[in-house]
Amino acid sequence: MDEISALFHGFAVVLTPMNIALMFVGITLGVLIGVLPGLGGANGVAILLPLTFTMSPTSAIVMLSCIYWGALFGGAITSVLFNIPGEPWSVATTFDGYPLAQKGKAGEALTAAFTSSFIGAFVAVVMITFLAPLVAKFALKFGAPEFFAVYLLTFCSFVGMGKGSPFKVLVSMALGFALATVGMDTVTGQLRMTFGMPELMRGFDFLIAVIGLFGIGEILLSMEEGLRFSGKSARINAKVVWETWKQLPRYWMTSVRSSIVGMWMGITPGGATPASFMSYGLAKKMSKNGDKFGTGEVEGVVAPETAAHAAGTSALLPMLALGIPGSPTAAVLLGGLLIWGLQPGPLLFTEQKDFVWGLIASMYLGNLAGLIVVLMTVPLFASVLRIPFSIIAPVIIVICAIGAFTVHHAMLDIWFMLLFGVIGYAFKKLDYPLAPLVLALVLGDKAEDSFRQSMLMSQGEIGIMWANPLVGTITSLALLMLFWPLISKLIALVRTPKAKPAFAEEQPVD
Amino acid sequence: MAHEHSGDAEGTPLARNHQVDAFVAALLTMIGLVVVFEARRLGAGWTSDGPGPGYFPFYIGLILCVGGVGILYQALLSRSANTGVFIDRAQFKRVMSVLLPAVVFVAAILLLGQYVASAIYIAVFMVWLGKYPPWKSAVVGVAVNAVFFAMFEVWFKVPLFKGLLEPLAFLGY
Repeated sequence: MDEISALFHGFAVVLTPMNIALMFVGITLGVLIGVLPGLGGANGVAILLPLTFTMSPTSAIVMLSCIYWGALFGGAITSVLFNIPGEPWSVATTFDGYPLAQKGKAGEALTAAFTSSFIGAFVAVVMITFLAPLVAKFALKFGAPEFFAVYLLTFCSFVGMGKGSPFKVLVSMALGFALATVGMDTVTGQLRMTFGMPELMRGFDFLIAVIGLFGIGEILLSMEEGLRFSGKSARINAKVVWETWKQLPRYWMTSVRSSIVGMWMGITPGGATPASFMSYGLAKKMSKNGDKFGTGEVEGVVAPETAAHAAGTSALLPMLALGIPGSPTAAVLLGGLLIWGLQPGPLLFTEQKDFVWGLIASMYLGNLAGLIVVLMTVPLFASVLRIPFSIIAPVIIVICAIGAFTVHHAMLDIWFMLLFGVIGYAFKKLDYPLAPLVLALVLGDKAEDSFRQSMLMSQGEIGIMWANPLVGTITSLALLMLFWPLISKLIALVRTPKAKPAFAEEQPVD
Repeated sequence: MAHEHSGDAEGTPLARNHQVDAFVAALLTMIGLVVVFEARRLGAGWTSDGPGPGYFPFYIGLILCVGGVGILYQALLSRSANTGVFIDRAQFKRVMSVLLPAVVFVAAILLLGQYVASAIYIAVFMVWLGKYPPWKSAVVGVAVNAVFFAMFEVWFKVPLFKGLLEPLAFLGY
């Protein structure tokens, strides 16, 4: 078992006093970020990224990934106590978490949420430990066409698995790619899309986009709703924790199912949010107490939390093994790797063993540390939410401005951040998904490079995307995903007896 | 966005979802067209040494246009268009009460630097929207920025923007 010995080596790398201290700092900051409106995993990590520029890559990634775990945990606190999801993936947690809190069982709900988060993440990390090296080894054989096919699959999955209008997914993605082309062309060195403005030469950094879209956009949305926090208080003591843990094994089936749903949605870029909803829906359908869901069932907290954490953690697998992030937060972590001079992708596993296994080891330890921290400090973080919005809002905007500035030490970036904030607000209100935009902005250059290289290899023949079975399968799968909204409509038409099957021919093909 | 000021009662709808949707889609289609034309100018075809710099952006612009027109169609002509209220007057006022001060804040950073501008911004925001007493707001504004200063300049050694006037030059950072 090479992986086991490599993992223990990783533990040795991570277990220094400094790294453990950073781990707890990261978790605490992360929970804080998860609790505060407007700050979430993606933009929280983006804002704190510049703080790690002076650290060693391993320490930096330990702290950043712990911020991520913390944010995942933190989302549950606001859902249960305040009925306000701190993060999109904890929306499903409010369905049963808040009713439990209303019944005075907030401690129980939170313990169940944190514990199942931990279990979901743990299962996913075990999966990463054994699967990631295999995927990386396999991906070593990839050439430019294969990589482009994987990029294509990533983006087409958004179209195929997303809800709402597929056009909006497509446009959000294309806008990200268009913004990514602004600036210097990586191949010819020519300036593109700058329209004579030298300030645009650097292009749009996705970190700025993340801070604006998720941070400022979220503040504007919260403000529009005229948010008033009124929460339940929670006391967690050892007895409540123990009592809850005793009844959790009853829901093992839900945990297993949710972990699998979460891991699947995390690796394919479905993301934590749909994973939590899907898992809640499945649990409701399959549980004996399904009809009681929504009135305060512990099982209804277990299902979405397990899935959200499993998905959030699994999103790091394609980021590490292929250099393709499965979520906006994973994309920010990928941006961090690039800044520290590490090239994510299959070679990372052979060239940067210390780093990779240190990171994987820190996932185990970080989640354990996270569980301990959140169980002990819930009242503290709940009190953060009692700070009025008129103090929180300007402080968060200030923090976002600082984060936007420190990325490149450029004043112009703060203006871009505001602009992205307005875009984020409008897009969220109109149901445009933001994840494809962010991922396209991050992967734009790489996707374009692999596309151009493939075209060079084949002298402009698109047939290279089907040149061998591997690349052909991925490409075909990607196209299937892309046209899935159309295909599922056709299937529905054929299946419903009332609809005329002949009509199917007239469906628009775009 | 389509913010026609009609009616004066609080809660009057300012814009409906499908209107804003159509407007944004038209904007995106326009961006798509700009990208397509710029890509054509850069060389979207095949050059002597492979695909030109506009080769990839050309298709991206095309996708933007197609998607934009698709949304435009769904918003304006489709029967399933969402005609719910996008924003009403009270909501618009609240959003602007955050957005406009934020714009002033960013402009102030340019002159005063991030720490001073942030302190003033937080204090003014608290007095104006939170109805806090001025001394309390000032204390919060200064305290928050003192923490940031210690964290960025002293601990992590990441310098922030000091502004054209450099009001904090006496601190020596």
